Amino acid sequence: MHIVDGALSNPVVIGGAVLAAGGIAKGLRCLPMEKIPVAGTLSATFFVASLVHVPAGPSSLHLILNGLAGLVLGWAAFPALFVGLLLQAVFFGFGGVTVLGVNTFNIAMPAVIVGCLLRSRLQSGTPEAAAVWGAVGGGLAVALTTFFVALALALTGEQFYNAAKLVFLTHIPVMAIEAFLTGSAIYLTRKVKPELFEAVAGAGS
Amino acid sequence: MSSVLTAVEKPLSATGANRQVSWLGRVDPRVRIVCAAAFAVTVVACDRFGVLIAALCLAGVLMAGSGLPPRRTLRRMAAMDGFILFMLALLPFTVPGEPFLTIWGVSASWEGLAEAARIGLTANAVILALMALVGSMEPVTLGHALHTLRVPATLVHLLMFTVRYIDVLREEYLRLRQAMKARGFRPSTGWHTYRSFGYLVGMMLVRSLERSERILEAMKCRGFTGRLPLLERWSVGARDLAFTAGFAVALVALIAGEVADGAL
Repeated sequence: MHIVDGALSNPVVIGGAVLAAGGIAKGLRCLPMEKIPVAGTLSATFFVASLVHVPAGPSSLHLILNGLAGLVLGWAAFPALFVGLLLQAVFFGFGGVTVLGVNTFNIAMPAVIVGCLLRSRLQSGTPEAAAVWGAVGGGLAVALTTFFVALALALTGEQFYNAAKLVFLTHIPVMAIEAFLTGSAIYLTRKVKPELFEAVAGAGS
Repeated sequence: MSSVLTAVEKPLSATGANRQVSWLGRVDPRVRIVCAAAFAVTVVACDRFGVLIAALCLAGVLMAGSGLPPRRTLRRMAAMDGFILFMLALLPFTVPGEPFLTIWGVSASWEGLAEAARIGLTANAVILALMALVGSMEPVTLGHALHTLRVPATLVHLLMFTVRYIDVLREEYLRLRQAMKARGFRPSTGWHTYRSFGYLVGMMLVRSLERSERILEAMKCRGFTGRLPLLERWSVGARDLAFTAGFAVALVALIAGEVADGAL
């Protein structure tokens, strides 16, 4: 899902950086010092979760869970996921430097969209209904992320059209798995600790 | 500090002690961050093969000087290559140009192959230089350096918290996996596995929320006001100026190579 340096055209790289900077600024404004510990530990949780590999047929895939991040963190998902991507690039060599903005936008914008659309539905209604909405959010976030990745590639030039299509098609099973996983995670947290959805995203935004 | 991030045991580093002994490790962290960014922008702007290969060599020199274990660093770089391989492999078939190979009636062009090689060289050079210049420092040092480079304090705090708790929460994750294993859970492809992983992630969120409540109380108890106390003060010395000058000369040489080639 990460795009590397050198692949995208300059306007796409600069556009992505500007949009990501805007999103991070907006996210930081929703984070008073009081909420830094909870945002930081949740950000670390999503970092650890993204290192988890789940089996899928003969191979395995690693989780993205940006939908879940958006549902729990709201706009704060932007800086939280940016920090994760920065650490991955610097210490794991995944991704790139100039494309950091594009990659942040591709992962975090879907998270925020899903968070804004569905967060209120998670708190009202039964845990079962929340799980269904969570699954919708989890699948939608991955679908939007692949769409943004494909868009960034397609805007760069038509030589990437096929790669963009392939990215989308190969991620359909990922969407199904992420949707189911996010739904289960939401079901459990609604039953065990419903305050989770208020911890960061509540009150301020 | 975080062994997930650095995967090197540095027991004293949690206090911020700077134990790096390589020559690159003694250069001011702020200088290294700025150099890594300048290198990335310069290399991405270059197109000539000779220039990109020179950039990759420069990144290799930086890695040798950074004291990072070369084998693991190169393996990480190779892991990223495996990741982008399928996109690069498609390029020769989609860029129009002179064909050199035809598979099932689809021809691959030299121009596309060159484009793929260019992207591969750029990506590897930039990421290798980033790991050598920035990845070799302590995550805490990175946070402090970003703070002195005027990155918003909230973002630096978020970074430091994330770095601090990645290891703790990874241990939490391993404990939960162990508990699942003890109850006979074996991952396979199926809804039961995915539901269990979902509950696992949900449980991790619950536990980190509860942990963060304890952290906040402990911080309040110690009078935390949101200011970032700096453990060390850096000043740009002769060594840093020499490094910056040398690095600037190398970047200008890359640009000169690009422009000179382009004029031919």
